[in-house]
Amino acid sequence: MLLDLQDVSKSYPTGEGVLQVLRGVSLSLDAGESLALTGESGSGKSTLLHLAGGLDRPDSGAILFEGRDIAGLDDKELAAFRRVRVGLVFQQFNLIPSLDVAANLAFQARLGGRFDAAWMARLTARLGLERLLDRYPEQLSGGQQQRVAIGRALAGRPQLIFADEPTGNLDEATGDAVLELMMSLLPETGAALLMVTHSMRLASRLGRRLHLAAGKLG
Amino acid sequence: MLGQGFAVLLSHWRRHKLQFAMLVLGLALATALWSAVQAINGEARASYARAAAVVGQDRLEQLATPDGARLPQSTYIALRTAGWLVSPVLEGEKRFGGERLRILGVDPVTLPADAAQVNVGAADIGLQRFITPPGVFIMSRETAERLKGIDTPPIRISDALPPGTVLTDIGIAQQVLDAPGQLSRLLLAPKQPAEVRPLAQVAPGLVRRAPAVESDLSRLTDSFHLNLTAFGFLAFAVGLFIVHSAIGLAFEQRRPVIRTLRAVGMPLRALILLMIVELLVLSTVAGLIGVALGYGVASLLLPDVAASLRGLYGAEVPGTLSIRPSVWGLGLAIAVTGTLVSAAARLWRIASMPLLAPARPRAWSLASERALRLQAVGGFVLLVAAWLIAQFGAGLVAGFAALGAMLLGAALILPLALSLLLKLGERLSQGVIAQWFWADTRQQLPGLSLALMALLLALAANAGVGTMVQSFRLTFVGWLDQRLPSELYVTTRSNDESQKVHDWLASRSDAVLPIWNTEVRMFGQPVQVYGIADHATYRQHWPMLEAAPDAWDSIASGQGVLANEQLARRQKLTLGDMIPLDGGHSLPLVGIFSDYGNPKGQVIVGVGLLVKLYPDASRLRYAVRIAHDKAPKLAEDLRGTFGLPDENVVNQATIKAFSLKIFERTFAVTAALNVLTLGVAAIAIFASLLTLSGMRLSQLAPAWAMGLTLKRLAWLEILRSVALASFTMLAAVPVGLGLAWMLLAVINVEAFGWRLPMHVFPMDWLRLFLLAVASAILAALLPALWLARRAPADLVKVFANER
Ligand SMILES: Nc1ncnc2c1ncn2[C@@H]1O[C@H](COP(=O)(O)OP(=O)(O)O)[C@@H](O)[C@H]1O
Ligand SMILES: [Mg+2]
Repeated sequence: MLLDLQDVSKSYPTGEGVLQVLRGVSLSLDAGESLALTGESGSGKSTLLHLAGGLDRPDSGAILFEGRDIAGLDDKELAAFRRVRVGLVFQQFNLIPSLDVAANLAFQARLGGRFDAAWMARLTARLGLERLLDRYPEQLSGGQQQRVAIGRALAGRPQLIFADEPTGNLDEATGDAVLELMMSLLPETGAALLMVTHSMRLASRLGRRLHLAAGKLG
Repeated sequence: MLGQGFAVLLSHWRRHKLQFAMLVLGLALATALWSAVQAINGEARASYARAAAVVGQDRLEQLATPDGARLPQSTYIALRTAGWLVSPVLEGEKRFGGERLRILGVDPVTLPADAAQVNVGAADIGLQRFITPPGVFIMSRETAERLKGIDTPPIRISDALPPGTVLTDIGIAQQVLDAPGQLSRLLLAPKQPAEVRPLAQVAPGLVRRAPAVESDLSRLTDSFHLNLTAFGFLAFAVGLFIVHSAIGLAFEQRRPVIRTLRAVGMPLRALILLMIVELLVLSTVAGLIGVALGYGVASLLLPDVAASLRGLYGAEVPGTLSIRPSVWGLGLAIAVTGTLVSAAARLWRIASMPLLAPARPRAWSLASERALRLQAVGGFVLLVAAWLIAQFGAGLVAGFAALGAMLLGAALILPLALSLLLKLGERLSQGVIAQWFWADTRQQLPGLSLALMALLLALAANAGVGTMVQSFRLTFVGWLDQRLPSELYVTTRSNDESQKVHDWLASRSDAVLPIWNTEVRMFGQPVQVYGIADHATYRQHWPMLEAAPDAWDSIASGQGVLANEQLARRQKLTLGDMIPLDGGHSLPLVGIFSDYGNPKGQVIVGVGLLVKLYPDASRLRYAVRIAHDKAPKLAEDLRGTFGLPDENVVNQATIKAFSLKIFERTFAVTAALNVLTLGVAAIAIFASLLTLSGMRLSQLAPAWAMGLTLKRLAWLEILRSVALASFTMLAAVPVGLGLAWMLLAVINVEAFGWRLPMHVFPMDWLRLFLLAVASAILAALLPALWLARRAPADLVKVFANER
């Protein structure tokens, strides 16, 4: 098993007291598997994804990656985990605005020491970004930006891809096309995908579906 | 509705307290430095006016002996008897405790109305008490403070007197100064009776002296004060950068609120009006704080200013400040004007903002790149203008205009220059983090450019002024050696004593060189005329800038004249020009010498010619050449034999030390203003970083998510600030050199009349560089610390889907 969340809980302190978002969530993900996570807005999908991606730590429970609990890692180790093992795709794309497309694509792979020029060239071609390489994010359309974000996530061939409503900011046709691209590229990397969406239509295209409600998986 | 709108607008500040604090602080600091300079200048000017007016010296003709020695009271009585309307004055110095006071004795009965600033008949003094022992000492409040606990006649306060001066009855003065029956001079009433015996008959030993021209002191010190004003203005300009960026950010952030207010029906005109009122209130409050702060700064600086004014010009300026409405008015006016000017463009943009424009964040790279280019073109035009003004302009105002244009031009070019440098850094760097570092630094440029421009101004001013001061010091020290080659300088008290001292010294030293002098009006200005003997001392040492080959022979034979640099520059004199001396004599100019620190023009002739042309010249001073180790003994013997006070026999080292001290204190003020300006610039950077740190999180979060730790990011933030400050310092070097050149070759020539060679001191630049780096680190430290301490929950919010 690649990733194994065991009884994970997470709360946020807010102005009106503690907000319990996740109440003992368990799920597992195998290499190459794809899993859709659905749920109401505010149900904690993003929170779960952030915990699994090593962006934040759970209050309790274990997050085992290849059998090792990442919840116990320090900041430096956690950063190394994200750098090498994880690819992230966000709804707002969150590209680095000061870098051009080429630099954005290569950023994480080079950061993790996993840059592979041939793979990068192939990825760029598959994503249709060859002619946009010297543009800056603000000069791109939403669909183009999301393609760059996908390329960035896949460039280092991480074992885990986390996508948080990757098509949420795109119109339906563009969203479908982008998702199609991502799904077709995944097998080439062998990565597992955990994707948050509230579209049942999109969720149905993934291997497995889980629904989050009241802080628990159903 | 207006009230509600106002509340909504103001609520912005409640949520951005730091921004508010920065705005007020920036404005207050800017106003403070400006007001400090104004307060100092105001104090000095008022003091000159008081000094000029004491016993009517500025308005009344006077009778005195040619050599300035005292005259017997019998001469006064003879003149009164002959019908002359004269009034006696006795002036002298006397120590009370540790305080040396200038005692002015006057006769209240005969004193012309023009000369009486103090009404001694007033109730609190009383004529009777004034003239009967122990008499009354009238002085300024400050002088009275200094005399606390010291035994003096009863004291009365008058603000009309300059510090250190005591007005008292002539009889009392004669007692205090131990000069019974003696007078210093006689004041001539403006209207004299028609039928009086000619002066030459009644008092043949006296000469008429014209009233001291009113503006001499203030004219001489004008350039000094202009320099201060220029610095105050520079500091204000640097402070305005903070205000500008704080206002800019606040308005940018309030766009959505303003749009909402308009959408719910608030008229645009009312909104703009509200914002103007808001700015007026803000700037008034900040301005008031600023002026109050300014008084604090001024009171710290004033003692140094007073000391240098005393040393340079003999001008007495009180060490304490009085509150001047004009300073408050001007300070507030400049704070309000500065704020409105800073905000004008923003208000205009809001006025022309379409109601339904999408609230999209501004695209940075393309738009700002173009803006940077445009700005740089403007800067280049200013640089060209500065060069043209420096080349073809004349006068101090033109000098400062050129200086201002150069500084502003350089500041405007800075962002583009930095952008190009950062682009180069990005190209040249290999690692992914390095590349991102440079690219990201370039992205910060628009937000930081104002603060960096302020830093550039502050650094350039520091470097430029530092170079000027150091060049001046080096030149000055060398010049002092040339100018003061003699071992002892003696000042005798009368022509009679002068002769005796000369004879006594002649057999005991290697040479006794007269330094006789008088002051005349030449070319419509006061000019000192010195007579010197023909001696190797001068031929070897005199700091000649330019001289005819036989200059010293011409001087010795009374065929030529030397002039100091300031006179030569002021009158555009070149070698060979004829100099008009008294008695219809004109002699060619045979040499020009440097004469730093002397505000007046000076000419030098052979001593024989001086005595011939100016029989009234004071013949009291001598320079004495003697083996170095014998000088102290000779000085002691001289004092003992003639009862000369210590200060009348000084050795070379003492004068040099004294001159250097004046020099140091003169520039202490400049140095202080410099450091303060740099501090303001550092605060500007801090303010900008602080305001940027809000938006920074969304730019840094992706890099963090991709696997950089917060600690690393925080270090990079500090490094970024250091890199920008370092590059700015690089840019400040040529600007500082340009500034130094302008100060040395243009401003000083216009202001003081001398030109100095430029020397460069690399160690000073290095120190400034370290200072810049240190302020960059300090400015970035707090935002970086905050970043490092951020919780992951704050960062993941950036990726939250809800918007
Ligand atoms: N960093 C945070 N700090 C405080 N509350 C948060 C934070 N992130 C999310 N929340 C809250 O936790 C709940 C779950 O959020 P999220 O995981 O983003 O839900 P979803 O992605 O399913 O819409 C929401 O109520 C949200 O407001
Ligand atoms: Mg979400």
